[in-house]
Amino acid sequence: MIRFENVGLRYGVGPEVLRDLTFDITPKSFQFLTGPSGAGKTSLIRLMFLALRPTRGLISIFSREVSSLTKAELPALHRRIGVVFQDFRLLDHLTTFENVALPFRVLGREEPSYRADVIDLLRWVGLGDRVHAFPPVLSGGEKQRAAIARALITRPELLLADEPTGNVDPPLAKRLMRLFIELNKLGTSVIIATHDIGLMNQFEARRLVLEEGRLMIYD
Amino acid sequence: MTDADLAHKIQVASFRRQTRQATSRPNQLVPANTVAGNALTVVIAIMSFLACLTLGAVTLVRDASRDWQLDIQREVTIQVKPVDGVDTNAATSQAADIARQTQGVSGVQVLSFADDAKLLEPWLGTGFDASDLPIPRLIAVHLTDPNSANVGDLGTRLAAVKGATLDDHRAWAARLKSMANATVIAGLAILSLVFVATVLSVVFATRGAMASNRVVVAVLHICGAEDGFIAREFQRHFLLLGLRGGFTGAAAAGVLFALLGFLVVPMMAGPDTDQVSALFGHFAVGPLGYFGALGIAFLVAVMTALTSRLTVYQHLAENE
Repeated sequence: MIRFENVGLRYGVGPEVLRDLTFDITPKSFQFLTGPSGAGKTSLIRLMFLALRPTRGLISIFSREVSSLTKAELPALHRRIGVVFQDFRLLDHLTTFENVALPFRVLGREEPSYRADVIDLLRWVGLGDRVHAFPPVLSGGEKQRAAIARALITRPELLLADEPTGNVDPPLAKRLMRLFIELNKLGTSVIIATHDIGLMNQFEARRLVLEEGRLMIYD
Repeated sequence: MTDADLAHKIQVASFRRQTRQATSRPNQLVPANTVAGNALTVVIAIMSFLACLTLGAVTLVRDASRDWQLDIQREVTIQVKPVDGVDTNAATSQAADIARQTQGVSGVQVLSFADDAKLLEPWLGTGFDASDLPIPRLIAVHLTDPNSANVGDLGTRLAAVKGATLDDHRAWAARLKSMANATVIAGLAILSLVFVATVLSVVFATRGAMASNRVVVAVLHICGAEDGFIAREFQRHFLLLGLRGGFTGAAAAGVLFALLGFLVVPMMAGPDTDQVSALFGHFAVGPLGYFGALGIAFLVAVMTALTSRLTVYQHLAENE
């Protein structure tokens, strides 16, 4: 599904923040991406989401060489990837429902065709009573859950989540993790970036550990 | 039914109502009613108002010029100058008879000597004795249709009357037409400048909107939106702004036209304003002015939408 070969990344003329990364993400796999703050987790997530191009090395996603992709080909690939950012990236002028339903609107689907799915998922993540609330009045945890719901709503083939449980209490974090695991069982490959060792210890999964830009893999 | 059941039913009904409220009218992806958006609406309204005023002025001049030309062309004047040894009155009668027999002439009015003398009052004052002056006699010849009347034949046959000449006002009409055309062209040039200014305002506003909606664009990209989808969303946003601004400006111009029609026309009934009336007719903008204003509102809105679409594409390409 994703293949990195000797990938390096630097911003501008600065030092390499990611060095010689070589790994595979197989279909229907589940893994944690961890490491200390500043180790490059978010940069790696952005590389996998095609928001950044590597300085060197080869990346292939869904059997496509990233270096050969044109701008017009990116949206179709983005639709196959769900992503949860640390800063949520919710649109403040849209309701929670509309934020979560955004991928469907982008696909051109009519609201009646997805309304029930969105409401169900919002209730599942504990936002059933915040359907028509706007992000500025949501708590950090609620925003995070809304961002997760938006990433999951179209059941993407790959889910990239950057600290998805960083703003929620442990019981809700566990519940969200179960949601990711359920999604994984349905066929989605999941990569969760976190530095919450306690959370990782609760679930048996492959660990990709980033340290000073280099990657170690613990299967 | 227990209290718990009732409470549950109320909760469910409330939830459904909230869900309907939240989903019945989806918000635009590009936020509406922002400060920048409202400012652009005002700018578009002002531009549209100015464009409508220009169009109104152009139609006013064009209509007045057309009326003038028609009036002038519907009448030709025969001048019979006093010639020694010729009875001017008899020559005048002969010229009038020739005119009456000409094809396409609907009426002939021979001005009396006193009427002719009165025409000189602005230069010679009142109370002068005109009987000693060699004042030419004038005959006003009214034509049914300037195009079908045989004015050339009339001129040829008048050669038989000593001292008679024919003035068909062509020189006047040509000058008037040139003046009116120049005014219309100037008006259209101003209209074009207003449109260019509108387009530039929209370009800057769209770029501003793109900058302030960077997050929206980023989130849409995250969700897999294509550039065409993003451009459509911005285009719809600006089309609504354009329609709102365009129609506000056109409505304001329409109200002004109507006020001019109702207020200025009675004020122009006096003798002091005869010359202005003669120049600009009734100072009322015709249906073309009103429909034109409506057309300008649509044009401004469509132009706004298309400009924003192109600007969004350009912006997305630059930020690739």
